Amino acid sequence: MSAEAMRLSQGGVIDRSRPLRFRFNGAELSGFAGDTLASALLANDVHLVGRSFKYHRPRGILGAGYEDTGALVQLVGTEDAPNRLATRLPLREGLAAKSVNCWPGPRFDLGAAAQLVARLLPAGFYYKTFMWPHWHAFEPFIRRAAGLGTAPRRAPVDLHYENRNHHCDVLVAGAGPAGLMAALTAARAGARVLLVDDGLAPGGRLLAECTMLDDRPALEWVARTVAELDAMPGVVRLQDASVWAYHEHNFLNVVERSPRQKWIAQRNWKIRAGQVVLATGALERPLVFPNNDRPGVMLASAAQCFVNAYAVRPGRRAVLFTNNDSAYAAVLDLADAGVEIMALVDARTDPPAELVARLGGRGIEALAGHAVVDVGGAPRVHDVDVAPLADLSARRRIPCDLVCLSGGWNPTVHLLSQSGGRPRWAESLQTFVPDAMPQRTHLAGAVTGAFDLASCLRQGAAAGAAAALAAGFAATPLACPAQAPAEPYRITPLWFVAPPGRRTKAFVDLQSDVTLDDLRLAIREGFSAIEHVKRFTTAGMGVDQGKTGNVNVIGAVADVLGRRPGDIGTTTFRPPYVPVEFGAIAAKRPGPLVFLYRRTPMTKWHEKAGAVMYEAGARWRRPGYYPRSGETMQQAIDRECCAVRKAVGIYDGSPLGKFEIAGPDAVRFLDLMYTNAWGDLAVGHGRYGMMLSDDGLVLDDGVSFRTGEDRWLMMSSTGGADAVYQRLEQYTQLEWPELRVVVTPVTTQWANATVCGPLAREVLRKAGTDVDLDPRAFPFMTFREGKVAGLPTRIYRVTYTGELSFEVNVAGRHGLALWQALMDAGREFGIEPVGSEANHVLRVEKGFLSLGHEVDGTTDPYDLGMGWIVGKSKSDFIGKRALQIRRGQGTARRELVGFQFDDGTTLVPEGSPITPGGAQGDSEGYVSACVWSEALGRTAALGLLLDGRRRFGERIWIRPPGRVVAATVVKPAFYDLGGQRMRG
Amino acid sequence: MHLVPCPWCGERHESEFAYAGEKKSPRPLDAGSLADDVWIDYVIGRANPRGVTREKWWHVRGCGLMFSIERDTRSHEFVAGSAEAPR
Repeated sequence: MSAEAMRLSQGGVIDRSRPLRFRFNGAELSGFAGDTLASALLANDVHLVGRSFKYHRPRGILGAGYEDTGALVQLVGTEDAPNRLATRLPLREGLAAKSVNCWPGPRFDLGAAAQLVARLLPAGFYYKTFMWPHWHAFEPFIRRAAGLGTAPRRAPVDLHYENRNHHCDVLVAGAGPAGLMAALTAARAGARVLLVDDGLAPGGRLLAECTMLDDRPALEWVARTVAELDAMPGVVRLQDASVWAYHEHNFLNVVERSPRQKWIAQRNWKIRAGQVVLATGALERPLVFPNNDRPGVMLASAAQCFVNAYAVRPGRRAVLFTNNDSAYAAVLDLADAGVEIMALVDARTDPPAELVARLGGRGIEALAGHAVVDVGGAPRVHDVDVAPLADLSARRRIPCDLVCLSGGWNPTVHLLSQSGGRPRWAESLQTFVPDAMPQRTHLAGAVTGAFDLASCLRQGAAAGAAAALAAGFAATPLACPAQAPAEPYRITPLWFVAPPGRRTKAFVDLQSDVTLDDLRLAIREGFSAIEHVKRFTTAGMGVDQGKTGNVNVIGAVADVLGRRPGDIGTTTFRPPYVPVEFGAIAAKRPGPLVFLYRRTPMTKWHEKAGAVMYEAGARWRRPGYYPRSGETMQQAIDRECCAVRKAVGIYDGSPLGKFEIAGPDAVRFLDLMYTNAWGDLAVGHGRYGMMLSDDGLVLDDGVSFRTGEDRWLMMSSTGGADAVYQRLEQYTQLEWPELRVVVTPVTTQWANATVCGPLAREVLRKAGTDVDLDPRAFPFMTFREGKVAGLPTRIYRVTYTGELSFEVNVAGRHGLALWQALMDAGREFGIEPVGSEANHVLRVEKGFLSLGHEVDGTTDPYDLGMGWIVGKSKSDFIGKRALQIRRGQGTARRELVGFQFDDGTTLVPEGSPITPGGAQGDSEGYVSACVWSEALGRTAALGLLLDGRRRFGERIWIRPPGRVVAATVVKPAFYDLGGQRMRG
Repeated sequence: MHLVPCPWCGERHESEFAYAGEKKSPRPLDAGSLADDVWIDYVIGRANPRGVTREKWWHVRGCGLMFSIERDTRSHEFVAGSAEAPR
C-alpha cells in the first residue's frame, strides 16, 4: 500500500495479506492486521496524536507499549471508550479513534492557550490560587480543562464484561524470553501454569530486537515454545492481557482485553496463585532536556520496536541521545531500516571504543560528551541543538524528524511493589531493582536488572523450576537455547540537561505534564521527601503510574538536593498497573446489582400494588407509600395514617431483626445484653429492651419474648439487625464462651404482616383464627401460637404505631398467602397497606424512637428520657460502667424533646440545626423528625436539644437552609399519651 | 484480598468474613470494680501496632464461627497456629 509512506517492504509480525482501514481524527488511513493503532499511525507518518494534560502541548508517540503516556485516544462510534493507549490498541477493520484532551483537534487546539500562561501555572498553582470561597467551586471547571477522555454515557450495546475466578500453581507475568522459559519449565514439571502477557504477540523484547536463538531467528523459538505450551492441558495462556494488581496472599487481577469471545469486551480475572513468577521486564526511560516532549521524540527501544516488530520507519532522519550502551544496538537497526542517522549523541565522555568503532564502520558520527539541549519545530520535531556538556552554550544545530532517547533501563518493579516488596538502588545500573519479596514470588529476567538475553533465559528456567518445586512438583531448570555472547550494559547517570539562558520546559513526567522546574519549585517550598514531591507536583500519578518518569524524578530530586537516588527512595506503585475499565471490574453486576437489595416474600406484591419502593434500612427494598392514581405523596401518606388511626392498616414488618436465643444461661445473657432485667418475665410475655455499647450509648432497641423457659425470641430494629447479630455472636462465641446459650438468626425465616388499627381484631377474626383474641385472653405484650387463615402463625401483640396491633408471623414461604388472606379479610373494614412513610408519621406522633433519627449514636437512655429502663440494681450490663462515668460528670447533654410550631403547618427538613437565638453559630441540637400529622391536624417534630427536658415551654430557633423558624419545646409525645389504644 | 484461615473451614476468601476489630482481653464480667482509666482504656484504647496483632474475624458467610487470630499488619500474613475459637 503506497498510502503507508513509512512502511517497510518486509519484516515485522504484521500480516500483509490482511490490510485494514481505520479512521483517526476523521482521516481515512490504512494498516495491517498485527498493527497497533500507534504503529499504523506511524506507518502513515502521523506523529501528532494528542495534547498534553495540563499545558495542551502537542504530543506524539513516546513508547511502543504500556510505557507510552502521550498516545491516549478516544474510541468513537459503536464502541465509545476513553483513554485507550494507541500503542496497545490492536488495529481492526473500521476502527475509529480521535485524540483526547483537545478541541477542536490536536493541530489547532483552543486549550493550547494554556501554553501562553504556562509560566503562571506552576505545580500546586490550583491549590494555592483557587482557595476562595473554596476549591470545590473551581474544581469542575479545572477538571474539565485538564481532563483526558470522555466517559461513555451508555453501556456498550451487545458487548459484555465478565469476571472469572482462577486458580493455578504458577502464574507467570510476562512472555518474553524469561517468562517463556519459566512457564515451559514449570509446565513440563506438571504444574498448572497461567502465562499472562500484555503484548499483542508473545516474545517481549525479542519482538523488538533482531536476535538469534539456536542459530535461527529468536521468534521461531518463541513460536515453538508457545505452541508446546498451548498444547499442554494444564496451561492457560492469555495474550493482550495484563496483571494489573498484585494483592496480599498471592491474589492477583488480570485484565484480558481480547477475549476469544467477540461479545466480551474485557474479562477481569481474579486469580489465587500458588507461586508467582514476575518476568515483567524493564522499561527504557527518556532523557530530560528542553522541549523533550515534541512529537517525533521517542524512546530508542520504541523506535527499534516499530522498525523490527511492525516494519515501520518512525522517521526519515534520526538523532539518538543516550547515556548508556543499549542505544548502539538500536541505532544499527534503524540504519538497516533505511533511517538516516544524523548523529548519536552520547553524554558519556568516553563511550566504549568498540561501540563507537562499530558505528564508524557504518559512517555514523558519535558525539561523545555531548547532549541535546533543545528541540526545534512545532508541532513536530524539525531539528535539535546539541552541545558539549562541558559548554552547553556551544550549540550546533542538526536537522532531523526523529529524536530517540535512551536514558537507561528501569526494571518493571510495579507488581513487586504492589505485593509489598521494596525496590533498592543499584549503583551500577543507576536504577532500582527488586529487593526482598514478601510473598511467594520469584523473579526472572530484566526485572532483576539482568538486561542480557543469556541471563534472562537462565533466570527464567531457574525461576520456573523454583516456583514449580515450591508448588510441590519435581522440577529442574530446562536447558536454554544457544545465544550470542552477552553484551555489557554500562551507564553513566544524566538526570537532566539544563542549558543556561531562558528556561524552556523540560519534562520529567509527560503524562502529568511535570517539568524539571516544578520539581525545583517543590524542593524550594520544602517538599523534599519524594512522596511529598509526588503529591505536590503530581509526578508519577495518573494513567502511567510513573512508568517512564519515576526514576528520572527521583534522580533529578537527588541531584538538586545533592544526595544519592538510593537515599531518596521510590514512591509506592499502586494498582492498576495498566488502565482497567470499570466495566471489567463490575462485569455482570452493573448498577443496582453491585450491591443487592434484600426482598421480603411480599415485595413483589408491593411493587404490583404500585408502591413507591426504596431502601429503608440495611438494604431492604421496601414500600415507602402506596399512591393511588392522582394522589400526591402527602395525600397517600395521610390516607394510610388515617386508616391505621381510624380503621385498620397492614404493614410488612418482615425485615425486623429476629433472633432465637436458647440455653440455660439465656436470662443471664439477656441481662448482660440489655439494660433492664429479664428473669422475672413469664413464658408467653414480652418486654421492651434497650441495648447499649460498652461506651454507654444506645445501639438498638426492641422487644424480646420468652417463648419457653430457656428460649427467647429477640427482635431488633431493621437497620440495626446486622450489628446486633454480630454483637450477640461476639459475646457468646468469644467474650463469654462459658455462657450456655446459642443464638440463631431467624430474621428471614419469619415473614411478618402487622395488622394495626382499632379494627385489627375484626380483620383477624374474619380471616379465621383459632387464637382467642379477647384482650383478657391475649393482652398487650404477649404472644400466642395458632392458625390464621389456615396457616400456622405466631402472633405478637406489640406496636410501633400506638394502635391495637397484631404482628402475625408465618414461615417465609407462607408470607404472601398470609398477606393476601388478610387483605381479603380486611376489605370490608377498609384495610390499607401502609408504607414506611406512614409508619414513620405514626411513630413520631407516639414519640417512639427510631434508629438513625433519635438513636443517632450519641444518645444514652437518659438523654432519651428513658432512665427507667436502666436496671440500677443489676451487677452489670454492657454499657453500665460508661453510663455511670458519664452520668457522674453531670455535664449538660442533648435530650429528646418535641417541638410545636406556632402556625401548626411549618415543616422543616430532618437534621435542621437549632441555634441559640437562631443566630449563625454552634448548634444546640437538631430536629430529628418532622412530619405532618393528620391525626393531630398539625405538624409534629422530635429532636435533640441541649438540656431539653428542663426547657419545656421555651422558645427555640431552628435554622433550615435559608430561614429561621421559631418553635416551642414540648414533651416528645403527641398522641394517646396514656397508651390506652395500644393496650385495648 | 486476604485468605483467612478459618479454624473450622480452612482457608477461605476474605469476602466470606466480617472483620470485627482488634481482640482485646476478654471483657471483664465485673466492670464495676475496675478503675476508671483501666475501663476507659478497655473501651476506647487500641494498640494498632505495626506488626503482629490479634484480631477478631467472623466467618459470617460461611460456618458462622467467630475466632481470634494473629496477623502481621506489615505483611498481612496470618500467624500459623495462632487461631483461637473458644467455642
